[in-house]
Amino acid sequence: MIDYDKLVNPTIKAIKPSGIRRFFDIANEMEDVISLSVGEPDFHTPWHIREAGIESLEKGRTRYTPNRGFIQLRQEVSSFLSRHYGVEYEPESQVLITVGGSEAIDLCVRSLVCPGDEVLIPEPSFVCYVPITQMAGGVPVTIETGPENGFKLTAKELEAHITERTKLLIMPYPNNPTGAVMEREELLEIARVVEKHDLLVLSDEIYAALTYTDEGHICFSSLPGMMERTVVVNGFSKAHSMTGWRLGYAAGPREIISLMVKLHQFAIMSAPTTSQYAAIEALKNGDDDMAYMRGQYDMRRRLIVDGLNEIGLKCFEPKGAFYVFPSVKSTGLTSDEFCERLIYGKQVAVVPGSAFGPCGEGFVRISYCYSVKHITEALSRMRAFLQEL
Amino acid sequence: MAMEQILELLQEDAKLTPKQLSVMLGEDEGAVESAIKRYERDGVIKGYHTLVNWERTETHKATALIELRVSPQKDTGFDEIAGRIMNFPEVESVYLMSGGYDLAVTVGGRSMQDVAMFVQKRLAPIDGVLSTATHFVLTKYKDGGVVFNSDYEEIDERGSNLCD
Repeated sequence: MIDYDKLVNPTIKAIKPSGIRRFFDIANEMEDVISLSVGEPDFHTPWHIREAGIESLEKGRTRYTPNRGFIQLRQEVSSFLSRHYGVEYEPESQVLITVGGSEAIDLCVRSLVCPGDEVLIPEPSFVCYVPITQMAGGVPVTIETGPENGFKLTAKELEAHITERTKLLIMPYPNNPTGAVMEREELLEIARVVEKHDLLVLSDEIYAALTYTDEGHICFSSLPGMMERTVVVNGFSKAHSMTGWRLGYAAGPREIISLMVKLHQFAIMSAPTTSQYAAIEALKNGDDDMAYMRGQYDMRRRLIVDGLNEIGLKCFEPKGAFYVFPSVKSTGLTSDEFCERLIYGKQVAVVPGSAFGPCGEGFVRISYCYSVKHITEALSRMRAFLQEL
Repeated sequence: MAMEQILELLQEDAKLTPKQLSVMLGEDEGAVESAIKRYERDGVIKGYHTLVNWERTETHKATALIELRVSPQKDTGFDEIAGRIMNFPEVESVYLMSGGYDLAVTVGGRSMQDVAMFVQKRLAPIDGVLSTATHFVLTKYKDGGVVFNSDYEEIDERGSNLCD
């Protein structure tokens, strides 16, 4: 018998799988479950985008693309970033098309982080940053955020976590799971600290299109001095309802992008060709769809925030993404207990906040990428659940 | 105007309450209520219907689209004849069309024979009706923006990929 434990990479082996799987397994086995747990849009990819993919297949466009992605797509990405966020990137050298935003995050961390380098990760946040840092040999240093600051990173907290080994700051805004966004003034303070301590920034802006503030999304690289320090990650999954197409991109300094291209060309070769054709259409003719979907999410956001507050789950107002992150502390239950009892008692599935870092304990993540009818039904079940507690 | 969004939302789901609408639109509840009243009074909102898929019930229904070619009247054009046709309760809709025929009329009945008799006895003899062509609906895939055919109904395939 081979003793795999001795043969496999101990770093990978040590990465903890999340306990949350068990919870989803319960949900999958139960009947009449009404879920508010998914992290992807309920809208289908708009038909004209799907058609562009189909047309490319019909024409037999099924070969590899250049490693960085089609130049037409990179040009469209560049023009999209310019028209929506006012940042200018050269399509030839500063844009890389990846397999989802996740690949871009992985490439960026691996291109920058040396063994022992510290990576600052505000939490609660998406689950991939810590393991990706560990896999690169880096040291994840998490920074807790809470409702008192609207789950935003403050310059003071940031500065308190910087050491001489700090290399990279990850900026996960608009935030999954809290729905927090950071406004320009707040970001300027972060940028000052970044500059002072000579850090690099990975700004994960996958939810940028789903920002509900008046000033809209502020791209981190648009801040003074940040262009040369920032790799912006974005993609098509949330903005264009294209999760399954697995397509994202990174934009940043050419010196960093060229390193990422090396990793990408050996691991991936090129992002899916069909998806790239569809994405060109999405960027050329998809702004209206994007605005429509944002409008729909915004209405649901107001409905669910109002509903949660009304049934007694205190809820800070999220200004981005498609999640609300209410506190369940008033129930006296932990996040896990709350979710488990809610699913067994009323067949409503939500995600424990603790899945997104220890400081998410006491909160649950509720997704509103569901129809108004679905949301209303879930809220009324939750009301009954709280009354019976 | 922001209040016109009320119409879009109600068109999709007439059961939304003024309270829900006001939260979703970030408007005052009273303002939403009076806007709805105004739309009803001004005939902008013409009614609140339920979309029934009769094919899934015991009740038999037949529907036909009837193309009518008619000769327009001197002063009233097509209006007078359209007015006569829409008085029949069997008639569900009447449209004036461009192209090869003039009026498109939807007629509902308990059976195809029922509908055919109606066309023959009531529509065809009307003065000014030159010809009729009756097309029966065999199945409804989509109606009123809603998918009726169960093969095409939405299934939420989204899983929770959070940590797999």
